[in-house]
Amino acid sequence: MTPLMSSPAAVAVHGLVHDYGASRVLRGVDFTVGQGEIFGLLGPNGGGKTTLFRILATLMRPVGGRALVFGHDVVREAREVRRSIGVVFQSPALDRRLTVRENLDVQGRLYGLGGGDLRRTTDEMLERLRLLDRAESRVDRLSGGLMRRAEIAKGLLHRPRLLLMDEPSSGLDPGARQDLWDLLRDLRERFGTTLLLTTHLMEEADRCDRLAILSEGTLVAVGTPRALKSEIGGDVIVIATGAPAEVRDGIESRFGGPVQVVDGTVRLERPRGHELIPRIVEAFADRIDAVTLGRPTLLDVFIHKTGHRFLGDQAA
Amino acid sequence: MRPPFGAVRALVWREVIRFLRDRNRVLGALLQPIMFWALFGSGLRASFHPPVPGGSIPYEEYFFPGVVVMILLFTAIFSTVSIIEDRREGFLQSVLVAPVPRSIVVLGKVLGGTCLALAQGLVLLVLAPLAGIGLTPAVLGESCLVLIPLAFALTALSFCIAWRMESTQGFHAVMTVFLMPLWLLSGAPFPSLGAPAWLRALILANPVTYGLAALRRVLYPATAPVVAGLPSLGLSLVVTLAFCLLTFGGALTLARRTTRSAGA
Repeated sequence: MTPLMSSPAAVAVHGLVHDYGASRVLRGVDFTVGQGEIFGLLGPNGGGKTTLFRILATLMRPVGGRALVFGHDVVREAREVRRSIGVVFQSPALDRRLTVRENLDVQGRLYGLGGGDLRRTTDEMLERLRLLDRAESRVDRLSGGLMRRAEIAKGLLHRPRLLLMDEPSSGLDPGARQDLWDLLRDLRERFGTTLLLTTHLMEEADRCDRLAILSEGTLVAVGTPRALKSEIGGDVIVIATGAPAEVRDGIESRFGGPVQVVDGTVRLERPRGHELIPRIVEAFADRIDAVTLGRPTLLDVFIHKTGHRFLGDQAA
Repeated sequence: MRPPFGAVRALVWREVIRFLRDRNRVLGALLQPIMFWALFGSGLRASFHPPVPGGSIPYEEYFFPGVVVMILLFTAIFSTVSIIEDRREGFLQSVLVAPVPRSIVVLGKVLGGTCLALAQGLVLLVLAPLAGIGLTPAVLGESCLVLIPLAFALTALSFCIAWRMESTQGFHAVMTVFLMPLWLLSGAPFPSLGAPAWLRALILANPVTYGLAALRRVLYPATAPVVAGLPSLGLSLVVTLAFCLLTFGGALTLARRTTRSAGA
C-alpha cells in the first residue's frame, strides 16, 4: 500500500483566460477547491462567474489556462469530468412538459442507470428533497421552490462528487432558501459532496466555507467570509452628503486617508469608528445628511477590494 | 457503464411524450398540410393539366404525396426548433453535461423527430383513398420504408440549422428561404415535366425530390402515367439514404464542434 497519497483537489483552476471576441471576461483566474468544501464564487452579473461556471461544467473551452476537476482536465478529459459532476443551471434544465419523475428517469438513463436501480435512486432522491408527493406532477405546474428542488434532485441523481450550482437561490423566497442551504449542508455531511456555487447575493456568500470574489474577470480576493471581513480594519463609516468629493478631501486632509467616494457617498474604514464620527460630524456638519456606522459585511469587502459598488455601476 | 442505448431510448421517448402533451403542436403539424391539400386540391383542380403521357390526373391526387412530405418537413421543423432555446437555457444543457457521446445526443433527438414525423405522415397517408390513391397493407408498409429515411434526413437537416441558430426568429427566416423551397422544388406542388429547364435542374438537384419520387413509385404501379419521368425507385432510395448520411454527419459535426468553442 502506498502511504496516503494527496488526493487531487475537487477543482483546480490555473491561469484561466477567456474572451468573447474582443472583450476579455476571464483574465487569468487561479483558485482551488478542496474536497468537501462549500465554495462560493461571488461577483456581479457580467463579472465572469457564469463563463467560469460553464467552463467547469465542460460546456465551454477556455481560451487559455487549465481547469481540473478531481485531477481531470475539463477540456481533454471531459467525459471523466462529466461523470463526477452534477450541474444545476440557473435557468431550469428540466423539461417542463414532463413530470418530476419522468425528468429524473431521463436524467438517470443519460448516466447509464436503468431498471430497479434507477427506480430506487429516483425514489430516494425524491424523498430526500421532499418531492415524493409531487413526483407525478408536471414540472410546469410546480412552484418556483419546488422546481428548484426538482432541479437539484436531477443534478444529484447520479451521486456526483462535485455539485456545480449557478445562482442556486435565484427565484427562491427566504424560506425556500433556508431549506436549500439545510439540504446542501446535509449533502456535504453525509456524502462529502463538494459544492461550488456562483452567487451575487451577499447573504448566500456568507454561508460558504470559502469565497472567491470575481470582478471584471479577475479574482480580487479568496478566503473564508470571516477572514475577508477581518481584512477590513474595524468599522465602516458611510456618509451621505451633497458634496462627496469635498467631504472626502476634507476628511483626508484632517484625519488622514484613504477615503473613497462610492456611488455618491463617502466611505471610509477605520478602527473604532464611533470615536471618529463625532469629529467628522463636527467638522462637516453643514454638508452631511446622514452617517452610518457598521461592522464590515461582504459588501464592504467587495467595495474595499474593487473600489466600486456591487451592482449597477460596474464600469464606473 | 451500460451501452448508451438506454440514453437514446430515453431521449426518443421524451420527444414523443412532449409532443403528445402539446395538443397545439399535434394539430398544427397535421392540420396545416391537410388544409393546404384541401384548398389547393380543390382550387387548382380545374387549372391543372400536367403534361403526363397517357392522360390527366386530378390535382388533389397529384398533390397528396407532396402533402405527406410537407407533414414530414413541418414535424421535423417543429421537433428541432426547441433546440435553439433548449441549448442555452433549457433541457439540453443537462444533456450536454452528461457523460454520453454527442453522437448519442444527436441520434436521440433526430430519431425522436423521425418517429413523430413518421407517425404524423402515416395519419395522413391512410387518408390516401380519399385522394383516389388505392392503399393495401403492403403499399402502406413500403411507404413506411420510404418515409423513415426521408423523415430522418429532414429532421437531421433541420437539426443542423437549429443548432447554429441564436434565435427562433432566425430559424423562421431560414425555414422560409431554404426549407420551404426544398419542398416547393421537390415535385410536390407541380411536376418537373412541364417546368422550364433551369427549374427542372433545381428540382433534380434537390434531394427531397428523390424521397418524394420514391413515395410516388411505391404508391403507384410502375406503369402508372403519374410516375413516368420520375427517377427510378432504386436511384430514389440511394439518394435518400445518402441524404440521411449527409445530414446526420452534418448534425454530428456541428454538435461536436460547438463544445470546443464559446457558446454552448
